[in-house]
Amino acid sequence: MEWETVIGLEVHVSLSTRSKLFSGTASEFGAAANTQANIFDLALPGTLPVLNKEALRMAVRFGLAIGAEISKRSVFDRKNYFYPDLPKGYQVTQLDFPTVGKGALSITLGDGSEKVIGVTRAHIEENAGKSLHEEFHGMSGIDLNRAGEPLLEIVSEPEIRSAEEAVAYLKKLHSIVRYLDISDAIMAQGSMRCDVNVSIRPKGETELGTRTEIKNINSFRFVEKAIHSEVLRQQEVIEDGGKITQETRRYDANKDITTAMRSKEVENDYRYFPEPDLLPVEIDDSFIEAIRAELPELPDQKQARFIAEYGLSSYDAGVLTSSREMADFFETVARVGNDAKLAANWVTGDLQALLNKNNWEITQSPIQAERLGTLVARIVDKTVSGKIAKSLFETMLDDPAAVNDIIEREGLKQVTDSGAIEKLVDEVIANSPDQVQQFRDGKEQVLGYLVGQAMKLSQGKANPGQVNQLLRDKLKT
Amino acid sequence: MIEQTAAELSAALSRGEVSSVELTQAYLDRIGKYNEALNAFITVCEESALAQARQADDRRARGDASPLLGVPLAHKDIFCTEGVLTTCGSKILNNFISPYDATVVERFNGSGAVMLGKTNMDEFAMGSSNETSFFGPVRNPWDRERVPGGSSGGSAAAVAADLCAMATGTDTGGSIRQPAAFCGITGFKPSYGRVSRWGMIAFASSLDQAGPLCKSAEDAALMSNVMAGLDPKDSTSIDLPVPDYTASLGDSLEGLKIGLPRQHFAEGLSAGVEQGIRDALAEFEKLGATIKEIDLPNNHLSVSAYYVVAPAEASANLSRFDGVRYGYRCEDPVDLEDMYKRTRSEGFGEEVKRRILVGTYALSAGYYDAYYRKAQKIRRLIKQDFVEAFSEVDVVIGPTSPHTAFTLGAKSDPVTMYLEDIYTIAVNLAGLPGISIPAGLVGGLPIGMHIVGSDFAEAKVLNVAHQFQQQTDWHRRKPALNGEEA
Repeated sequence: MEWETVIGLEVHVSLSTRSKLFSGTASEFGAAANTQANIFDLALPGTLPVLNKEALRMAVRFGLAIGAEISKRSVFDRKNYFYPDLPKGYQVTQLDFPTVGKGALSITLGDGSEKVIGVTRAHIEENAGKSLHEEFHGMSGIDLNRAGEPLLEIVSEPEIRSAEEAVAYLKKLHSIVRYLDISDAIMAQGSMRCDVNVSIRPKGETELGTRTEIKNINSFRFVEKAIHSEVLRQQEVIEDGGKITQETRRYDANKDITTAMRSKEVENDYRYFPEPDLLPVEIDDSFIEAIRAELPELPDQKQARFIAEYGLSSYDAGVLTSSREMADFFETVARVGNDAKLAANWVTGDLQALLNKNNWEITQSPIQAERLGTLVARIVDKTVSGKIAKSLFETMLDDPAAVNDIIEREGLKQVTDSGAIEKLVDEVIANSPDQVQQFRDGKEQVLGYLVGQAMKLSQGKANPGQVNQLLRDKLKT
Repeated sequence: MIEQTAAELSAALSRGEVSSVELTQAYLDRIGKYNEALNAFITVCEESALAQARQADDRRARGDASPLLGVPLAHKDIFCTEGVLTTCGSKILNNFISPYDATVVERFNGSGAVMLGKTNMDEFAMGSSNETSFFGPVRNPWDRERVPGGSSGGSAAAVAADLCAMATGTDTGGSIRQPAAFCGITGFKPSYGRVSRWGMIAFASSLDQAGPLCKSAEDAALMSNVMAGLDPKDSTSIDLPVPDYTASLGDSLEGLKIGLPRQHFAEGLSAGVEQGIRDALAEFEKLGATIKEIDLPNNHLSVSAYYVVAPAEASANLSRFDGVRYGYRCEDPVDLEDMYKRTRSEGFGEEVKRRILVGTYALSAGYYDAYYRKAQKIRRLIKQDFVEAFSEVDVVIGPTSPHTAFTLGAKSDPVTMYLEDIYTIAVNLAGLPGISIPAGLVGGLPIGMHIVGSDFAEAKVLNVAHQFQQQTDWHRRKPALNGEEA
């Protein structure tokens, strides 16, 4: 039987506000345990929440970026359950009236086509702390640094049909929140987390199958692998005549399998009710419009502009806008280098290869954008040849000197002096009588060999165009 | 001198007739003498009180004339006080030393008032008799076999017995007004949002409101001047200008329209209390007020609605008492669940557990609409009743409680106890200001008169009470402390 996979994603991103959602405590990653927890975060009796407006602004910013409905009135609710890293015994979240309503974002599929994925809602909530089960000799440690950090939970419609689409959606979300500067969205640090709802159904069926939820996956790769593994499991269960149980599962990356955590039936009744310590959040058009006015150029808009303004291919424009840092890097190279296409080739070519090889982000590039731009500029103004530029690039990796100084010092300047080039050409003609004869007999391809010889003789420094022209002129006479 | 009002003590202090240290020592002595019998205080802060008193005397010597400077007060043990035991009347907090001050406490400290100690209360303010306190019941100074009312029973008894000049309390369903009535003192609950709840241990967040328990409406005005006002730390506190509540205390009541809710003069009201209130009302007519009957048609639903909303909020508010970070933790838990269960079973008293169970049930999946949502609808109806009433009258007056103070142990059935607050609860559900003032004695026990105003009409309510007290001396009556005086 042919199966169709149906996936919905719940993505938590940690909002990069300076302080927590309801208390003035700082919220930085990696501080010593419990140093970022004040009396409210510890849920001391008598303490009360005060909403961090910056978190609200960030949520609205996200909503506007995905064209979502923004609620003029949103309500915080208490979600009740007991756990030691949940100090109040309830999590403050938004159940029925989230700040961000329906929106959508588009992803690019493997065949280059676009697909729109609906976003059901995005709501603001507070994070829990961390329970530490190691190093406490049968006891548990609690770190409340993270408790009360603002999260935005972004819930997709069940419109994702494969693991690859799921990853494309996640990467798009990642890129948008980073463009918006509302989250670091680093999966490895937990500032972006993902719960995956997966079900399968026979192809053509319109009813949804029973879903399972895979909790807390912390890398794009594991999302992909977990979905593949869970889909296979569900197929096997159904094909063996079994039924899928609605349950929460965990992905075990070592064994590449998902295992059941606890079934929905025995889960907590969260007893949601409106948080009486906070008034409903009322915002008006001017609040929303002020945020809209400050929205940065988003990935889709930037990609379209790169195609229109720089004449780049859709693919190159897509690669160059995958992150704001990458786009900024490229635009600097293009501006300094004065040739956008050449700049795009260098960034997506040699530079990207270097980054991939070392597993570096663009922000970790050993060559700054201005330097690479200068290199491109020297190609454009014919100071160096394209070939020499490659070795110049290698030199620049270890040599922090100014690009122009390296060219000067290493004698990499292209030879454009016609007298010098004539000497080279004469030497090649003298040394290659056979090839010269072949050319004169009408074998045009031989010219490439002769140009190559001249370039070799110049150690790559001769201007290949000039060599080509002079050779033609001399051989025709 | 200790029997005087705060306003009178303030005047005596400013005239130099007495120092704050002398006054503070006098109250401390009296606490030493009577607290064992009355059980009004959980904690007495002798040293820090005398230190505060010395500072107050210094401030006054330097020309500071703040009205409450050097006047000794007591805080209900629901308010967090830095460095001082803060129990909320519960075993689960019987080792909790707060690292911070409630906003109310901070403001009184700033005003120069001297904190004598922390008063007894029903556990987590859940009770109408002060019998649910882990620290034992408070005795009514008028008759020690009787309850002082609750939950601010310790504050009410302490004021009535002159163990302090004034005290703070909190009122979720009547917890300031009913004990004030039972103890023959003045107890004022401001509008919801008027006084910051920061540092006030939450029972039912949407209903809780702090207010004064004291010896006159004028004192209530002086205390409200200190307590009221926006607090950025409490999102539900209101951003409205705070008038000087003493400024309107001279206003005439000529033409004042008083509404008497039919529903508050019906079945269940004891004859003695009814007569006392009707006699008191005659005083207002002498002052030029007119009286008419009004309807609060949904009042009979208020107790039921309250006992859904308040326990629901409490069930979540009290989840933080889990033995993990502070407070009581059971001995030798075998695992997490055992720790939760035993800590909470052992740490909470019966009434608190009952309300957590009721609230948890009311919020459960499948019951939310039938209980919580419905109760919220009733709450809106009750508010609407008052809005309509205040379109016709300026204040609503009735009895605070159907009867005078009852004997300890008399109301062992919880529902009977819940009906204690039948006249006061609707005011909390509607968020309105209400005051209880002494309006007579029946069988040697005080009667409380309840005066309710519209939203944020604190000044009017205080002045109506003050004008009555200008004409009468019920608020000056004192219990005889049964010859135990040395």
